[in-house]
Amino acid sequence: MADEVIRLDQITKIYPLLSGDVVALDNVSLSIQNGEFVAIIGPSGSGKSTLLNQLGCLDVPTSGDIFIGGKSITRMNDYELTRLRLMTIGFIFQKFNLLPLLSAYENVEYPYTLKYRKKDTTGRVSKLLSLVGIHEDLARHKPNELSGGQQQRVAIARALVNNPKILLCDEPTGNLDSKTGILVMSILKRLNKKGKTLIIVTHDPAIAAQADRIITIRDGRIAEDGS
Amino acid sequence: MTHDIIVAMAVRNVKINLLRSILAAIGITIGIISIACMGMLGSNMTASVTESLSAMADKLIVSPYSGKGGGGGPPGMSSGTDNLTKSQYKQIVKIASKYGYVYGVHSIRAKVKKGKDEWNTQVYGLEVSVMKTILNNLTSGGYPSSDNSVLIGAQFAEDNDLKVGSRFTVGGSGVKVSGIVESRGMSMDVNTDNAVIMTKTMYESSFGAKDEYNQVNVVLNDINDADTVTDDIDSQMNRREETVRVQDSSRMVSMISSSVTTITSFATLIASISLLVAAVSIFNIMMMSVTERIREIGILRSIGTQKREILRMFVYEATLIGILGATLGMILSLIMGYFFIHIMIGNTKYFFTYGSLIHLPYAMAVGLIICILSGLYPAWRGAQMDPIEALRAE
Repeated sequence: MADEVIRLDQITKIYPLLSGDVVALDNVSLSIQNGEFVAIIGPSGSGKSTLLNQLGCLDVPTSGDIFIGGKSITRMNDYELTRLRLMTIGFIFQKFNLLPLLSAYENVEYPYTLKYRKKDTTGRVSKLLSLVGIHEDLARHKPNELSGGQQQRVAIARALVNNPKILLCDEPTGNLDSKTGILVMSILKRLNKKGKTLIIVTHDPAIAAQADRIITIRDGRIAEDGS
Repeated sequence: MTHDIIVAMAVRNVKINLLRSILAAIGITIGIISIACMGMLGSNMTASVTESLSAMADKLIVSPYSGKGGGGGPPGMSSGTDNLTKSQYKQIVKIASKYGYVYGVHSIRAKVKKGKDEWNTQVYGLEVSVMKTILNNLTSGGYPSSDNSVLIGAQFAEDNDLKVGSRFTVGGSGVKVSGIVESRGMSMDVNTDNAVIMTKTMYESSFGAKDEYNQVNVVLNDINDADTVTDDIDSQMNRREETVRVQDSSRMVSMISSSVTTITSFATLIASISLLVAAVSIFNIMMMSVTERIREIGILRSIGTQKREILRMFVYEATLIGILGATLGMILSLIMGYFFIHIMIGNTKYFFTYGSLIHLPYAMAVGLIICILSGLYPAWRGAQMDPIEALRAE
């Protein structure tokens, strides 16, 4: 299991509500290898997003254990979890989630600055931006001056800046037209080919079909797991 | 530096909501102006009052003990019935002369007549040498060369239309004005402004009390000797029973000064209410800023920003507003304070002194601290937000 990047060990997530507890994830066990391209699909309310939050260290399970790169996250405090998100995980969201105050370039540079405590002088930010097809002039613009496809490409560059092992994508093409969606998917697949572990949560069967492995979640459980 | 990007984001957010930030800063500015101006007014007033009173601060007044209550009217205005004996005078001279200049004062309220007008006024009897030492500020004329010539106070001269050479009667004896003493203001030793000052010889021949003074004044060489001299006189002359009373004028001066300080401190306290109002407004604005940016906080947290960096970002925002308000407040305080003090006190002699200007950085610091404190809770709220919840916000 030397190549295992993520392992979920019988995790359960329960949200206590006044009307009764809601079991969002029910005894889920899962192992994801380095360099895999995994699609997580399932109907609304099936627990996909909860699973993604667990994988992204944004939340911890009620019971069970999660190992990222061999380390258990359930025993980590907020500081360590935040550090892990910064170093190991690249997030790509459906709504792009770029910081409106910063330019495209600064958005990509931001996690780098958090990690290295200095501005990028290596040219990495510019290189990543040109990799996703955002040229220098465009990089000076604020997110609200860019198209959806451009914003998502900036978001991909941002996710890559600290060279994370895992790319977590939540409906990455959900807010894009089909042509731009194909472009974004081709970038993501290219990254996967270069060795990044790619996990995509999606409704879209066409996106899921491109993955090496499809995990179907239903009622908080893994209903299917196969290629 | 990671700090740079956090600071840059704080600066940008202040800029984006510029009007709102400026309005909040103005609140702080007003608060700072009010406390700085009140503080400066207070210290200028104290300095001004102290100066006008300090002329009398180096004096000790020894008067006969007048019995119960220790009262006996204002000093320098005694009625002439209670006098110090010749031996008491000699004893006081013996004790106090090594610390300063000692002289006896005769004083009485006596009838003055000029033409048909007749009224009562304060009359002093002093040796000519004492006059030359104590009243060394004549506006015109000279010191009495004969027993029937007198000095009069500036106010007395003006009120009664008297000049050098004018004649009138005091206690039935005709006198001639030889000189006019410049106005000295209120003083504990001798109040000459409204008085007639005659020679000791003439006083004693008119009103008696030969060598028995109403009071003995000591002008100290060093103001710090006041307690020593007071204690010496007290221990040597009031051993068996109270025979003399020593009044230390410096104590009165410090009392008046401290009263002025108390009043202005109270005014400053009231002025600081405006800072409280400003604090509430900063608090409100920072809460708004946090609420508006919940989603942004969610993004920041999800991509690896620590809680304390979020906290810092909002605290920087509050600090920036504070710095803006404080700088504006300091500049305006300097200008407004100057004119305010010019109008209230009449001069700005003490404006550019340490004691006065220190209120500027002091008020600035208070304003800034209040600003940061009011931003602290909203910042903490922002930092504590659950990233998943925050990301869901629209």
